[in-house]
Amino acid sequence: MTQPLDILTETPSQTAGPYVHIGCIPTFAGVEGVYPEDLGLSPISDGARGEVITIRGSVYDGTGWALRDAMMESWQPDAAGLFPGQDGADPKVSGFCRFAADKDSGEFTLRTVKPGPVPLRHGGLQAPHIALWIVARGINIGLSTRIYFEDEDNSGDMLLNRIEQRPRADTLIARKTGEGEYRFDIRLQGEGETVFLDM
Amino acid sequence: MSETAPLMPRRREVHPVPYDPDYKTSVVRSPKQALLSLESTLIEETGPVFGHDLLGPLDNNLIYNFTQGAAPAVGERIRVHGRVLDETGRAVPNTLVEVWQANAGGRYRHVKDTYFAPLDPNFGGCGRTITDENGYYEFMTIRPGAYPWPNRANDWRPMHIHFSIFGSGFGQRLISQMYFQGDPLIDLCPIVNTIKDRGQIDRLVAPLDMQNSRGMDYIAYKFDIVLRGRRQTMFENKPEGM
Repeated sequence: MTQPLDILTETPSQTAGPYVHIGCIPTFAGVEGVYPEDLGLSPISDGARGEVITIRGSVYDGTGWALRDAMMESWQPDAAGLFPGQDGADPKVSGFCRFAADKDSGEFTLRTVKPGPVPLRHGGLQAPHIALWIVARGINIGLSTRIYFEDEDNSGDMLLNRIEQRPRADTLIARKTGEGEYRFDIRLQGEGETVFLDM
Repeated sequence: MSETAPLMPRRREVHPVPYDPDYKTSVVRSPKQALLSLESTLIEETGPVFGHDLLGPLDNNLIYNFTQGAAPAVGERIRVHGRVLDETGRAVPNTLVEVWQANAGGRYRHVKDTYFAPLDPNFGGCGRTITDENGYYEFMTIRPGAYPWPNRANDWRPMHIHFSIFGSGFGQRLISQMYFQGDPLIDLCPIVNTIKDRGQIDRLVAPLDMQNSRGMDYIAYKFDIVLRGRRQTMFENKPEGM
């Protein structure tokens, strides 16, 4: 026998299901009047420093069909790489956004500021990135990934360099489609499957 | 942003399998490639903070919040309460807990729910609260009904309440479901059974809590939630360049 470790176990996940919008973005789901507005409508407010960008994309299943019922959350630092609460962080950047696939087209839109690079614990910088969390019916535990940017220097990024099959790293890099506009598609399964993270 | 200690690695074996042919939608929505496992960094260790000023007085009362207090929802009045802890056993204070559920007949207020159980004009189906300094939360609601769903020919969801919990870091983000003690549909549900360890399923089943029930008013269920912990050591946790 030994001493007990006194470590608890994380509560198991269950799918967010088809009605996640009722709980997380009820006004979007048509359940109006409970809250003044949905949580996380925008990660920035007027006057946020840095380049305002729009990222569009879809979440595709293993057959290539765009999910109409996916919900996503993003989390990021400000244009200087500072998170809310850190000294000097931009007060106009909450960093958090909730958004859903369009119920007809499956397209999502995230309007935010481009984040700055963020330090690693033991030195060095990570290339600018946004954390993305995806939940939906049929996804039994939320999927985590990152959005990097085609027009940034990603060559030294710790995470991207840990992806053994180098072409797969491209699944985490948003493509520039215009001034301040990017495309970031997520493929849940099969050819071009997005790299999902366990961090 | 409150802390930046590294998150304990997620123990994937306690969670559902991503691919489970008995839960048909998972078949084309489950990644086939292995996840990329790395130690957490700042973006996983920090997360959004929501203040108690976010909350309206009825946000955690699903019996009344859809009508803003004008009329109660139909159903068996229940109180759901518990604590949010992390794997180290510490309370997770001031964290947002969101819930959603079907009405007493098993119907969601949602355009995609076509079950012929009626909508309750006084029930919306969402609520939220923020844990106190001891990680405690509670809300009032009605017991949701079980309902059939399109999967195999005759699948029914047990009574359940969906939970969404934030924690202090984005890497702790969790969505799960609470079931009710004694519901015979739990064992038959393909979504429940995406969790392959029976002992882990039991951790999602809230016990009846008569000591915290109130006679002639409501019956209570207790539901504690555990989020990923943070590794604490004097040998690290010194983020450089900050």
